[in-house]
Amino acid sequence: MNIVVCIKQVPDTNEVKLDPKTGRLIREGVPSIINPDDKAGLEAALRLKDSQGAHVAVVSMGPPQAETALREALAMGADEAVLVTDRAFGGADTWATAHTLAAALKTLPYDLIITGRQAIDGDTAQVGPQIAENLNIPNISYAEEIQVEGDSVTVKRQFEDRYHIVKAKMPCLITALSELNTPRYMTPQGIFDAYREKQIRTITRKDLDVKDGDIGLKGSPTRVVETFTKSPKAAGTMVTDLTPQEAAEYLLEKLKEKFIL
Amino acid sequence: MMNIQDYQGVFVFIQQVDGKVAGVSHELLGKAGELARKLETEVTAVLVGSGVSGLCADLASYGADRIVLVDDPDLRLYSTKPYAYVLCSVIEKYKPAVVLYGATAIGRDLAPRVAARVRTGLTADCTKLDIADDGTKNLRMTRPAFGGNIMATIVCPEYRPQMATVRPGVMQKIKPVADAKAKVEKLDLAIPESEKDVQILDVVKKESHKMDIQDAKILVSGGRGMGRPENFKLLQGLADALGGTVSSSRAAVDAGWVEKDLQVGQTGKTVRPNLYIACGISGAIQHLAGMEESDVILAINKDETAPIFEVADYGVAGDALKIVPLFTEEVKKAIAARNK
Repeated sequence: MNIVVCIKQVPDTNEVKLDPKTGRLIREGVPSIINPDDKAGLEAALRLKDSQGAHVAVVSMGPPQAETALREALAMGADEAVLVTDRAFGGADTWATAHTLAAALKTLPYDLIITGRQAIDGDTAQVGPQIAENLNIPNISYAEEIQVEGDSVTVKRQFEDRYHIVKAKMPCLITALSELNTPRYMTPQGIFDAYREKQIRTITRKDLDVKDGDIGLKGSPTRVVETFTKSPKAAGTMVTDLTPQEAAEYLLEKLKEKFIL
Repeated sequence: MMNIQDYQGVFVFIQQVDGKVAGVSHELLGKAGELARKLETEVTAVLVGSGVSGLCADLASYGADRIVLVDDPDLRLYSTKPYAYVLCSVIEKYKPAVVLYGATAIGRDLAPRVAARVRTGLTADCTKLDIADDGTKNLRMTRPAFGGNIMATIVCPEYRPQMATVRPGVMQKIKPVADAKAKVEKLDLAIPESEKDVQILDVVKKESHKMDIQDAKILVSGGRGMGRPENFKLLQGLADALGGTVSSSRAAVDAGWVEKDLQVGQTGKTVRPNLYIACGISGAIQHLAGMEESDVILAINKDETAPIFEVADYGVAGDALKIVPLFTEEVKKAIAARNK
């Protein structure tokens, strides 16, 4: 079985701070990580490899430094890594990203494609289903459990108030939730192999059968026209130096003033 | 090449599960009405399911001018490709300018598949939708990015329909108009076999919870400052006294103190209660993104510089563990006095 896992290198958005004076994002010093949902997807693939044997390839689209994320995936146990990178892919929205990734995936053998549900820097959850549409294969989103039997995959698919247990024939694309598992750590031998033994293959514009009008900024239907930090609402009142009893009475007073009590 | 002028009307995908319309769909009908007035056009509800025609009156009362009904036994349970086939067929036939979806586990799966197929833009998890006043009448879609650290306004100038998902609880539904009427157009579509390649073996409902935090009028919310999971009992006590519900920050969920579905914030739920009481929550940006639209916000935190105080209407610098039980007693006394 050939499993391809799509991973994205993202800034750890928990660590992003705003400059209180300019209101701009401070990106310096923010660590880059493998997107958590993607890492859970990789772990799910590695568990399938452990239990029933599989070739696990990881694919990442991004700037050259995304290689670090691919090396980490190799060190966790992936067999093969592919970096999809070219200036021509820059500025892609989810439509163009999915279109480009799908074209890259067509150059690899796959039975099962796993992506994370969503990336923590964009939070869109769109690229997985859109890759599946481009490849004309079924997608099963929000996977909490994955089982493979023969040429079929059975997934526990999460909704807000229920699960569907669904089954599809492979090839199929699954989007993974972080709840799926706890990803393993890299091993020392794995790290050694990832840097010394294993190669990262690069796919660029010329390797793909795509139209210029369908990739990068030019191929993207959406445009960001404005970014801004949220203006904090008018500051309320804050009291300090009250005893707990005084504080309790203060809060009660406010509930009465607002006619909540 | 697509002629943008051919695309007219604001469409809302109506999410119904077990014959019940999702709250977010009512909210979107309200927003769609606003957008339609600015575009001088109509609101169309796209109702998809099996045996769901009885929901038409409800959709009319919430603001649908027209309902496109696709009723088919194959659509009884949500499945990505059959539903995507329906939406793509509706888009092809009616050429809407705008299609809105709830940013739910269904909408966030369906809308991207549809966008990929019809080759148009999709903006996820919007918190604001408006029509550009620069003559283009483009839909301006504003959403949080970078974990809620910044906001971005996005347009889709050259492709139609312009599509967006909107999180539950962000837009406001209109007060239903009891005798409102809507045109109903039934669309018969045979779902091709090629779209039915995922089989639903079983439907397992999660244990029902006391109340969805998005429906609560009063939320008592706890964060890392509560110290231990047992201390959430104090919050439950206050919530019980006020007739409210307990929710939490991501820190409390990550620590394993409370369940994920109680989480407020960018990666949790967006809430807009009448009263939000933040106890021991510092107020990371991603948390504020989920609760700052609450009508009244009270905050109790030891750290005077905590960002939660920037959005709180009334803040108390102090120890939530000491203040909450006393506050609960004061609330009980006040209610007892009122009921005398």
